[in-house]
Amino acid sequence: MIDTILFIIFAIVAIVSGFNLVLQKHPISSALSLMGVMGSLAVLYLLLGAEFLAMTQMIVYGGAVMVLFVFVIMLLNAGTEKGSAKSWFAQIAGLPLLLCLVALLGFLIRSVLPPFRHVEFGSWVGGTAEHIGQLLFTTYLLPFEVISILILIAILGAVVLARKEID
Amino acid sequence: MNFFLVSLIKIALVFAVFMTTLAYLQWVERKVLAHIQSRTGPLRVGPHGLMQPLADVFKLLTKEDLLPPYVNRVFYLLAPFIAVCLALISISVIPFGPEVEIGGTRTYLQISDVNVGILFILAISAVSVYGVALAGWSSNNKYSLLGGLRSSAQMISYELPLTLVIVSPLLLANHLSLRAISDNQAGYYLGFIPRWHIFQMPFPQIFGFIIFMISAFAETNRVPFDLPEAENELVAGFHTEYSSMKFASFFMSEYANMVTITCVATLLFLGGWHPLFPAPYSNWVAPAVFLFAAVACFLQAVHPARKHDRYTFPVFGIAFLLLAVIWAIPALQFILTPIFWFAAKVGFLLFVYIWVRGTLPRFRYDQLMHFAWTFLFPCALLNLLVTALFVAVF
Repeated sequence: MIDTILFIIFAIVAIVSGFNLVLQKHPISSALSLMGVMGSLAVLYLLLGAEFLAMTQMIVYGGAVMVLFVFVIMLLNAGTEKGSAKSWFAQIAGLPLLLCLVALLGFLIRSVLPPFRHVEFGSWVGGTAEHIGQLLFTTYLLPFEVISILILIAILGAVVLARKEID
Repeated sequence: MNFFLVSLIKIALVFAVFMTTLAYLQWVERKVLAHIQSRTGPLRVGPHGLMQPLADVFKLLTKEDLLPPYVNRVFYLLAPFIAVCLALISISVIPFGPEVEIGGTRTYLQISDVNVGILFILAISAVSVYGVALAGWSSNNKYSLLGGLRSSAQMISYELPLTLVIVSPLLLANHLSLRAISDNQAGYYLGFIPRWHIFQMPFPQIFGFIIFMISAFAETNRVPFDLPEAENELVAGFHTEYSSMKFASFFMSEYANMVTITCVATLLFLGGWHPLFPAPYSNWVAPAVFLFAAVACFLQAVHPARKHDRYTFPVFGIAFLLLAVIWAIPALQFILTPIFWFAAKVGFLLFVYIWVRGTLPRFRYDQLMHFAWTFLFPCALLNLLVTALFVAVF
């Protein structure tokens, strides 16, 4: 019962923050809305019993990534965005086309994915650090290592691009 | 229903003790700093300035709450709220003692035992940067902005060595719950060397502890890493524009963060509530310490340095004597002794914080960053690698 109430509250918070992210004019407001999405997603993970994932979500996305976003926005002192002058085509056909896209996506998801089942809050116990560590170092060892190499390459690329030329 | 009742009582107790600690930590800090600098510190309000925190609270509450023009109003009001809430929330997963039985109810001396407790604290500390960063940005003041930027950069940088160094005791303890980590440090080598993580085989975490404390100083924006509020460069840094209770919120969050991080240091490295000596001796350390304090107070009253000391010191002496008697009652010792040891360790680390503030000058900003990335980070990484190797081999 209390799980369902919490789920509804945080699902609404996530959706509202998501819309707010797009609608806000100022970059800082958008970044903080994204933070709201991340935070409520973490709560949803927690409700499903994935406490390790929830905490990692808060540390990595809520903490490190979003703080860097906010930091860069503050450093560049980005001002309020100006609304672009919309073309007549976008003004007329925007909303119908968006509805079409949503309907198409919904249809595809329903037809491709297996039928939905009801979620039992708290019935799943595979979310502890032990379980995830076990999986990462046995079943998913290769993808895990490949991703870490990929991230390493990305870091090296960023360092090379950002390096100051030394005369 | 019993669970809710017990939880409510625990929350009320922890909150009351925590808030009192925050208020009096400031008094202790002023006193210790004063004595380091050969001054006397607060002395006017109450005996030895003991009522000073109360006076400060009234002063801050009754001051004019100024809202400067040209600030970003929403974020300006939100920032101190975020800062103080996130600072106060971490205490809820800190265990203060073992499982105890009071009146037939078995309960932990802890608000809640989260099985990812240490990650919870890291998550909260990662998010708490927002309070400072938003305060600096929304104030619309160049000094505040610089303070906020410095703070976010510093906290991101020092979070890396902090997190890396936390992993090493976790490798020894093999668990993420703070209670399990602390329980792993019970017992003694050869009957007298405690199995705290700073002494624990196969690789004692003494370097880890030092790196953790240095990063903790930076994470809580304290001297020598208090660049975000360096007053001779930035007026007051990120909280320049704040007044009244909003200023007090930042102040409170700084002290709350200090208490939390020293609690974490105690739990991860100094054995939590597990005493320095085996149980038959350690049970009598607390009464002995209080008795010693009482005797010192009475001696001071016999030879008073100031006129009113003749009346105030005996009162403190009697208070200490009462504490000694309470800690000597065998029926209460199983609850009070762990709490005494926990509080003693946390208190010592807090004293070190103040001691460092009284002794060390501030870093320059580039030195601060250089130190974090080129010295502390490799050291933490090396510590982790060596610990992992030892744990794997032995």
